[in-house]
Amino acid sequence: MSCVLSARDLRHRYPDGREALRGVALSISHGERVALLGPNGAGKTTFVYHLNGLLQGTGELQVAGVQVDGDQAIRELRSRVGLVFQDPDDQLFMPTVREDVAFGPLNQGLTREQALARVEEALAAVRMGHAAERAPHQLSMGERRRVAIATVLAMQPELLVLDEPTANLDPRARRELLLVLDEIQRTMLVVTHDLPFAAELCERAVILSEGRIVADGACASILADEHLLARHDLELPAGFDVACLVSSGRGRRAHQRLKLASAEA
Amino acid sequence: MSGLCNHALQGTGLTGNTGSPVHRLDPRAKVVGLLGVSLVAVTTPLSAWPVYLACATALAGVAALARVGPRTIWRRGRFVIPLVLFVAVFLPFVRGGEQVELGPLSVSAAGLAAFAAVSVKAVLGTVSAILLGATTTFPSTLRALEALRLPRLLVLIAGFVYRYLFVVVDEVQRMRAALAARGYRPRSALQAGAVGRVATALFLRTHSRGERVYLAMLSRGYAGSVPMLDRLRFRAADVAFVVTIAALVVPIRIVEVLP
Repeated sequence: MSCVLSARDLRHRYPDGREALRGVALSISHGERVALLGPNGAGKTTFVYHLNGLLQGTGELQVAGVQVDGDQAIRELRSRVGLVFQDPDDQLFMPTVREDVAFGPLNQGLTREQALARVEEALAAVRMGHAAERAPHQLSMGERRRVAIATVLAMQPELLVLDEPTANLDPRARRELLLVLDEIQRTMLVVTHDLPFAAELCERAVILSEGRIVADGACASILADEHLLARHDLELPAGFDVACLVSSGRGRRAHQRLKLASAEA
Repeated sequence: MSGLCNHALQGTGLTGNTGSPVHRLDPRAKVVGLLGVSLVAVTTPLSAWPVYLACATALAGVAALARVGPRTIWRRGRFVIPLVLFVAVFLPFVRGGEQVELGPLSVSAAGLAAFAAVSVKAVLGTVSAILLGATTTFPSTLRALEALRLPRLLVLIAGFVYRYLFVVVDEVQRMRAALAARGYRPRSALQAGAVGRVATALFLRTHSRGERVYLAMLSRGYAGSVPMLDRLRFRAADVAFVVTIAALVVPIRIVEVLP
């Protein structure tokens, strides 16, 4: 299976001397959904910024078939990797939803008609087709989050990267987001603290701690390892049982995807 | 968040009969027509008062067609008009020359004339802007300005101001609530320091938001220019609108103010 993302010994040091990434090694295959877990300050956002060329480090990084070095590569990279920022108010900067979703496709050099077709398709995928003419400030937090996802879906990226997608969402908006994301057939890297969300959406999880990948495996088994989680300042909500989630049907899809993936391997 | 916010920004946006012929015009026609009325009013000396009458007639016509009532205009204008009048009201007292008795006051005749001229111009300009705002959404006004060859950078900045005004007002209201929740009720100027610190915090937050927005733009392929999605169409009605307004105010302006 070919890799969408392959990082080897990726390091990044901020100008103030702090080393945020200390040799990250990670590979993600086509079609996988991977949860990137880790405490605050572990380097999750720094790593995610590398995937879109917003930051550059040393070491080897190949994303969506692009070897990340040099400006030309980075332009190419940005149209193949869709990065959804944590705060949708940062992501939605145009006066209307429609213009915002069209921003990426137009930058990719599509014509107006092609861009509008992409807008329609992307908004439909996140169930926000009715809001095209509205201004972002007129939307609820959950709606803004889904529109933010549409803005990158419209670019048809090979890899979709979401930074804390459930931050500030109420349970209903969180559930809607989960349903929408579950329908999207794309390779996904989901950065989150919301472990139950990761369990329902992703079949694989990795833990990033102090700038290194310290665990990598099936989401259900990583989340079941209480000691591993505790060592890296993570914990499931009290009373939450991953095994129960898998057997009850929620998260079943993630589980099936895992079985499929292992059968293929 | 958005539910609680924005009472400071209420009273913006479309109003009147939003399906009216004026609302449906190309935004460029409205920008050119209403800006034209303001320009004519501003450049006319007071002695040529029929020109003002023509401008007022044009604006009243637009307002009637769009069903924007005097109450709406007053509600939206009451922030701007008193401010201008406050500045102008001192003119009769500071100008020299011939004095006239106005009840117990003795004021300069030239100053009084200047006050009247400034007031009329201010009111006409404000009403034009209110009518534009009431009949055209902000994004379409931006598109019109862009199509009228205003520098793209300025249009872009105006767009960001519009988009993030709501976000910043939200933040200000949260910070004010946080101050009030801890019992902040300034009783003297010495206690106003907290407001300064709020302003600083707001500035820093806005600055870092700016950086994040820029990153978000970069990550969607921004390379120095924002692509334009919509093309505007100038129809017969738009031509008619601009020509009618021009016919109302331009000839009289030329006749009244001959060199």
